[in-house]
Amino acid sequence: MTALPLLSHPRADSIVAYRADGAVTRQQFLSEVHQLASQLPDGQHLLNLCNDRYRFSVGLAAAILKNKISLLPPTQTPEVIRQIKQFAPDVFCLADSEQCAVDLPRFNYPAMAVSPPEEIAIPQIDCSQQIAIVFTSGSTGIPKPHPKTWAGLVDSVQFEAGRLGALDNATIIGTVPPQHMYGFESTVLMAWCNGFALSHTQPFFPADICDALSSVPSPRVLISSPLHLRTLLNAELAIPELAHVMSATAPLSEQLAHDIEARCSCPLTEIYGSTETGQIASRRPTQGPAWQLFPGIRWLIEKDSVRAAGLHIVPPVLMNDMIEPVADDLFLLHGRMADMINIAGKRHSLAGLNHLLNSLPCILDGAFYMPDETADVTRLAAAVVAPGINAETLLAALREHLDPVFLPRPLLFVDALPRNSTGKLPHSTLKALFQAHHPVWTVPLDHPTFAGHFPGHPILPGVVLLDEALHRIAQMHGMTPDRYEISSVKFTSPARPGDRLLFQQTTLPNGTMRFDITSGSRKIASGNIAPIP
Amino acid sequence: MQDNQKSESTLQNEVAQLMVECLNLEVAAEQISPDTPLYGDGLGLDSIDILEISLAISKRYGLQLRSDGADNKQIFGSLRSLTTYIAAHRTL
Repeated sequence: MTALPLLSHPRADSIVAYRADGAVTRQQFLSEVHQLASQLPDGQHLLNLCNDRYRFSVGLAAAILKNKISLLPPTQTPEVIRQIKQFAPDVFCLADSEQCAVDLPRFNYPAMAVSPPEEIAIPQIDCSQQIAIVFTSGSTGIPKPHPKTWAGLVDSVQFEAGRLGALDNATIIGTVPPQHMYGFESTVLMAWCNGFALSHTQPFFPADICDALSSVPSPRVLISSPLHLRTLLNAELAIPELAHVMSATAPLSEQLAHDIEARCSCPLTEIYGSTETGQIASRRPTQGPAWQLFPGIRWLIEKDSVRAAGLHIVPPVLMNDMIEPVADDLFLLHGRMADMINIAGKRHSLAGLNHLLNSLPCILDGAFYMPDETADVTRLAAAVVAPGINAETLLAALREHLDPVFLPRPLLFVDALPRNSTGKLPHSTLKALFQAHHPVWTVPLDHPTFAGHFPGHPILPGVVLLDEALHRIAQMHGMTPDRYEISSVKFTSPARPGDRLLFQQTTLPNGTMRFDITSGSRKIASGNIAPIP
Repeated sequence: MQDNQKSESTLQNEVAQLMVECLNLEVAAEQISPDTPLYGDGLGLDSIDILEISLAISKRYGLQLRSDGADNKQIFGSLRSLTTYIAAHRTL
């Protein structure tokens, strides 16, 4: 049996973590791990929901000592918790907060005693021991399990630390939760296996991140995501000294990478991986676009599919991204495969989302739609044929199954989906459907009618506005615009270039359709629509 | 007293407007009821939205939101609670 140590911290008084009351030594940590291990319930599986990263790490280590498997589902919706229970009926939840609401037998994180004087040895963990099972949301709606062994995880995080360069006694501060693969590897295991300390915090707002950084000594490594990093930079706070920044979960723009390195005066490394493979490559985006595979990982390329293989990746894993190998261990990424949705680092199969939508009893037909990405965070939309049900009820039903980031906005109710003769819904058809229904129109800065209307004082002509209103509202209701007319109208305020116009329609009790156009708090126009007699 | 109530409701409208613009919400600012929960079943905002709004709020009102101090969920509980928090902590 080959074994690897739980920790690589050289001395009993080496610091393994910082929590609210200060530094935690290796001795104190191991003492608390043994205390918790002796109290954990009998079940072989646990859901470690500790919010505090230090307590999470104690829970994980205690579970490893007792040969228990930590389960890491993609989200904690009631439906996923039910599925986890089916997968592992003996599962219990380890929690450190009263607010933990998951429907599982619960074990509360206990109060801990101080460590004994005699030195506690570092546990040796069998390389083949199963430590965790990470789940992805499968295309059929059932979470798919991906078991992780101790040696596989140790390999990944040692290569990851290798990409940090020489950093002794660093402290890891993470804005990402340890319950997902990236945070699990980078904020907990990387600290364990490389002699780093981990900060117990999980800062969210920019000011939280600065507070968390300044509460621990240098050198500091910030493990984060594009979303948190962009918000941190935009907040224009004084960022405490950093030795390295790491980003993963979603692509980072080259500009943001340059801005981060300039503001933090330290290198930024981007990590590439997936729940299925763990981390397998990295790059420094300011030095070029190519990614470098971790040693021992290689691609298996067949026709149009690319699978990752090597080291702990057995069997090889099909990648959901478009990968172009350029030399030896270097490759370029060209976006996701069409089926894979990634919203702020949360992934879901589009086929899985559509399967779920159409399995709800109230839905006759439905489809999710991912607009072409334009911003850092692009939101999903959905169109449904669901007579007799309102948006609130439908969203509540979806919320049972889905992480909130996947809830559609907008959610369109239509009489029928524009499926083609083979029953398919091409992306372009859906795109047209959503553009027509979008109730917000930003007046283009260069609308052709501005040329003479009026020089130096551009105003959108009322007729353009009404035409826009009639077409949008008719399409929202599946009506033919040619058969309707604006029967009355009142212009309250002019629409200018760049105004963000909101079109809203209400049907009055007498059947008249009323429309309102607003821009912010300003009323632009309102009126009635009626069939052409 | 009346003045206070008036300025509170003006600020409330302003914050609602800020949320609508910053998140591209498909409702008019006046339609956001002061006591509707912003998270979950109410307006349906998630943590990505909360980060976006917090940035807009920090720029507009010169205050930094923190998770620990007061309870984050409470501040973002409703438009009313968010407005109250901003009124008490704004520097701009």
